[in-house]
Amino acid sequence: MPSTVDGVASIVVGAVVLGSAIGMLSTRNIVHAAFWMLASMLGTAGLYMMLAADFVALVQIMVYAGAVAVLLLFAVMLTLRRREDAVRSRDFSWQALVLAVLFGAAIFMGVRNAHLAPTIKTASLPGIAEFGSQLFSTWMLPFEVASLLLTVALVGAVWWSGGGKDR
Amino acid sequence: MRVGVEFFIWLAAALFVLGLYGALSKRSAVMIFMSLELMANAININLVAMSRFLTPNLMTGQFFAVFMMVVAACEIGLGLALVLALYRQTNTIEVEFLDQLKG
Repeated sequence: MPSTVDGVASIVVGAVVLGSAIGMLSTRNIVHAAFWMLASMLGTAGLYMMLAADFVALVQIMVYAGAVAVLLLFAVMLTLRRREDAVRSRDFSWQALVLAVLFGAAIFMGVRNAHLAPTIKTASLPGIAEFGSQLFSTWMLPFEVASLLLTVALVGAVWWSGGGKDR
Repeated sequence: MRVGVEFFIWLAAALFVLGLYGALSKRSAVMIFMSLELMANAININLVAMSRFLTPNLMTGQFFAVFMMVVAACEIGLGLALVLALYRQTNTIEVEFLDQLKG
């Protein structure tokens, strides 16, 4: 396998990801913003496909484009009383822009001066079967800890958001 | 035309800066969480790209990206639960009104 990926496809999908992110930040309607974020996440799944990370792309679609988008839309639905509330005033902040630009410049200089490890050429890339067998051997312990973390977070989320008579 | 690991690093950097701007400038708590997800996404792109180009046989970055997604899913679930709890107490999710701790 070559040590590069197709440039035209990468640039097109990358433009989708960045353009959707810009759309999310510039729209005034919070529901539209959620759908722009969904588009950005789906574009990211396409990038993972191009990077030969099939399993990560599937998880990205299921978790971000599925669960997180639905969760965000539910939160919007439960916290807006009227339809007009979804349209917000334009949030613009010079301080935030300056901080973000400064941080971007810091990243720029860091990446420019970074010495990356050499790119490796391989005969073939490992597939999803290899990924699965490594996940359940080398990465067994983090996998179990992750499932425990998800359980605790689920119970905690229900506890925080659920209302009983005693609270 | 072919692109290498640098293209994805620059893409992730741009996405991260966009998310940072959103997280700092937005006034709705839900919009702040969306921006945080953008930033997490940028980091995942970096991890997967490095994994593809620098350690293609070990796939270390892919495993890190999957665990990162677990943590991000926990974060947004708990965060939105907090938003709902706050909404029930104060009837608003605008962060500028959440100043009860101000001296």
